[in-house]
Amino acid sequence: MLATILAIATLAIIFGLILGFAAIRFKVEGDPIVDKIDAVLPQTQCGQCTYPGCRPYAEAIANGEAQINQCPPGGEAVIHELADLLGVDPLPLNEEHGEHTEKTVVYIDEQICIGCTLCIQACPVDAIAGAAKLMHTVIEDECTGCDLCIPVCPVDCIYVKPVTETINTWKWPLPEVNQPTLKDLLDLKHIKQEQQS
Amino acid sequence: MAEYALILISTILVNNFVLVKFLGLCPFMGVSRKLETAIGMGLATAFVLTLSSICSYLVNEYLLAPLGIEYLRTITFILVIAVVVQFTEMMVHKTSPMLYQVLGIFLPLITTNCAVLGVALLNVQTEHGFIESALYGFGASVGFSLVLVLFAAMRERIDAADVPDPFRGASIALITAGLMSMAFMGFAGLVKG
Repeated sequence: MLATILAIATLAIIFGLILGFAAIRFKVEGDPIVDKIDAVLPQTQCGQCTYPGCRPYAEAIANGEAQINQCPPGGEAVIHELADLLGVDPLPLNEEHGEHTEKTVVYIDEQICIGCTLCIQACPVDAIAGAAKLMHTVIEDECTGCDLCIPVCPVDCIYVKPVTETINTWKWPLPEVNQPTLKDLLDLKHIKQEQQS
Repeated sequence: MAEYALILISTILVNNFVLVKFLGLCPFMGVSRKLETAIGMGLATAFVLTLSSICSYLVNEYLLAPLGIEYLRTITFILVIAVVVQFTEMMVHKTSPMLYQVLGIFLPLITTNCAVLGVALLNVQTEHGFIESALYGFGASVGFSLVLVLFAAMRERIDAADVPDPFRGASIALITAGLMSMAFMGFAGLVKG
């Protein structure tokens, strides 16, 4: 009996060691630029950029397959940050993918909700709580305002509302500074060189 | 040598694991919608099946049998298979990221493929030696991949065909699998001749 337990335990420990060794030996470093781009994106997972989420979009940007201006939730701010990060010129937001709007969340009119769970399945961030034939509600802190739940609702009981600022969410507005882009700096360099010669 | 060839032919055609022994039906039905994924799944399963049948043979021969604890065979083999699959996943991820992307979720899902456990247990039951076990596992995986790829190609064609409404979807797929199984039973004639 004891020998059995010991044998199986030893086997399990050996396997554990093999796997642990393999995890270190075959460690894969992810592409660091993808992580950096992913950190800039708003993580709404809305798919408006035509990619299935923020990380696939980040990978597409890193591979040069996508432009930096396909993220409506991020708007101008994200485009500028991406342009700085990648050292390219900022582009205007591509209108094909949607317009940038103020941050919104959705709420469910619980009188009308029939508890069909369709919106729960559509929500990419699990921000809707509820069960079949019970009314659902939106966890406002988790909602990213991607609006993917609105088209699937069969009784149209989901509404958009802007995020109201409270004392807890208010932030100092960022000062507006026109940062010089790489292109500006290069132009400046050329001008100086011309003046010297 | 003839014996080894016989094992291969037997597992690939005559005793095909999917169509004659009815093991590993879940990936057979689940991953056969597209030809590409079927090929990927076939490759990954082939690798895992061969390696796990070798490993489980070694564990059975040098650990379970000397201690007389063969009754723990099933659970030990499940452990072995899980480790082999996990190890394979890490190795593939490191050595060939391309293949890793193609295989995707199917790689970890092989753990639950009953053909893998079936091969390991049948190896013990039929008292195969080391090389025989390896060949049995390899043959089973080739048979599995062959059938999976054939079936996937057929399903792609059936999708475009004009199937009567009541037979659409899963029902025509199951009927096709049944017909294929009958065709493979015909290989049993190879042995007598």
